[in-house]
Amino acid sequence: MSQSALSKRPAALVVWWVIAAAELIEAYLVPSPGATLDVLTSKAGYLWQHTWVTTYETLLGFAIAVVVGVLAAVVMVYSSTVERTLYPILLFAQVVPKIAIAPLFVVWLGFGIAPKILIAVLIAFFPVVISMVTGLKAVDPEMLQLSATMGAKPWQTFVKIRFPASLPHLFSGLKVAVTLAVTGAVVGEFVGANEGLGYVILQANGNLDTPMLFAGLLVMSLIGVVLFVVVEIAEKLLLPWHASRRDTSATTTF
Amino acid sequence: MTMPKQQTTPRVPAVAGAGPAAGVRLTDVAVRFRSKKRDVTALSDVSLDVAPGEFVAIVGPSGCGKSTLLKLVAGLLTASSGDVLLGGERVTGPRHDIGYVFQRAALLEWRSALRNILLQAEIRRMEPAVARARADELIRMTGLGGFEDAYPHELSGGMQQRVALCRALLHEPPVLLMDEPFGALDALTREQMNTELNRIWRTTGTTVLLVTHSISEAVYLADRVVVMSPRPGTVTEIIEVGLPAERDYSETLGRPEFRAAAAHIRDLLGAVSAHD
Ligand SMILES: Nc1ncnc2c1ncn2[C@@H]1O[C@H](COP(=O)(O)OP(=O)(O)O)[C@@H](O)[C@H]1O
Ligand SMILES: [Mg+2]
Repeated sequence: MSQSALSKRPAALVVWWVIAAAELIEAYLVPSPGATLDVLTSKAGYLWQHTWVTTYETLLGFAIAVVVGVLAAVVMVYSSTVERTLYPILLFAQVVPKIAIAPLFVVWLGFGIAPKILIAVLIAFFPVVISMVTGLKAVDPEMLQLSATMGAKPWQTFVKIRFPASLPHLFSGLKVAVTLAVTGAVVGEFVGANEGLGYVILQANGNLDTPMLFAGLLVMSLIGVVLFVVVEIAEKLLLPWHASRRDTSATTTF
Repeated sequence: MTMPKQQTTPRVPAVAGAGPAAGVRLTDVAVRFRSKKRDVTALSDVSLDVAPGEFVAIVGPSGCGKSTLLKLVAGLLTASSGDVLLGGERVTGPRHDIGYVFQRAALLEWRSALRNILLQAEIRRMEPAVARARADELIRMTGLGGFEDAYPHELSGGMQQRVALCRALLHEPPVLLMDEPFGALDALTREQMNTELNRIWRTTGTTVLLVTHSISEAVYLADRVVVMSPRPGTVTEIIEVGLPAERDYSETLGRPEFRAAAAHIRDLLGAVSAHD
């Protein structure tokens, strides 16, 4: 986390507070930080219940995206035929606006959790595949030649060399994917739900309850930040060799 | 591990447990790389006979096919024409009875020095106790003691290359192939590594093919030095160094045989390419 990013956060809070306090903008448009905090504490139970729903959808979508994405990447790297067929499909799935197809998923899958997870998967899948393919292809060719002279079976080369070598790339994809998964879940909730933070925000919007709307936005962003940090901690724990090497060369990670 | 079927008398007696050295023979070998844009003849008409246990250095201008030659012996490339024999067997695919060292150490950064060395054992499914004992012996021989648990990024270039050398020697390969292994090291470390390599070669008795850009390294280490011409690479001349196997570094560099051989090689390289 860089120094400037840290110092900007209180600054943003001050700007928000000044705008609200000086009534530069009507209170029903931008609530004061105090009013928002009030909602966060007084409606904590209500918010928590919906936060949990969104988090659950996000995590499930993210997990499916990781498993499917990694498997797809492995198959694509080992078979150029599969790569040629899969790549255009992936690209299409990526460029088609998820918000536009979300209502279709609700029609197909109903108002339950399924369409939310599907959208989260679709949105988080692409960075996982791309980073994993890059990682698997970035392996040192001399290392592969060495393993050939050792008489390595393809699965040995994969398990001992290619897969671990691809993990730093994969993790940078996972950090993007996990924040996108939150967006996916909320988009799913927007088009049809009776629970989750997307539902909370829509309800608050309909009631012109801006403090609640802001509280929902705040919690939603917080989920993204927390999950991002969790992935980063997992990376540090799983790839200590990578983190320590990076810390000596790079300056900022946030 | 596939053992060579014949030619198993090392020139220098090996220590207990050392693998038998194997000979290498290239006969009228040519290698052409074909691509859509252009065809490159990397090697043409190369013949070379390396006796079991012999140390042969290969020098020549950049791009003359030195790396290609080593890859042929390892079976990582196939010749367009001609024959490559290793331990009396024709090379048709990647060979497992060799050790390979590249210019870059090519270590797995998530493994400690010891576990990088033991990768060789894991893939070959060597007896863990045997592999560990052998690794300890090599670690002692190369002065890596105390660095077993260090990760590659914590090691100097020379230390990393020692790890790569230990890994290449773990399975006691009959032939050791080295492609500019010390090219990225500073002069002092390089001298140390040369002395160590000379000692390791004498103890293990393995056949060594060493590609190098350094004439003094080639003459100090090798029984014979192969001088190659620019692309398409051919063998210009093979020089017998004629120094004893055991060589003290500074003493050897002062010897008349050393100087004569080095001067002759420099002439040959100067004659074939002014820029190298
Ligand atoms: N895989 C390849 N495809 C096409 N050309 C290659 C390939 N490998 C090497 N070459 C060419 O063959 C020649 C010899 O290469 P190399 O053996 O690496 O030379 P050296 O090791 O002596 O510097 C060079 O001109 C190089 O560009
Ligand atoms: Mg080369």
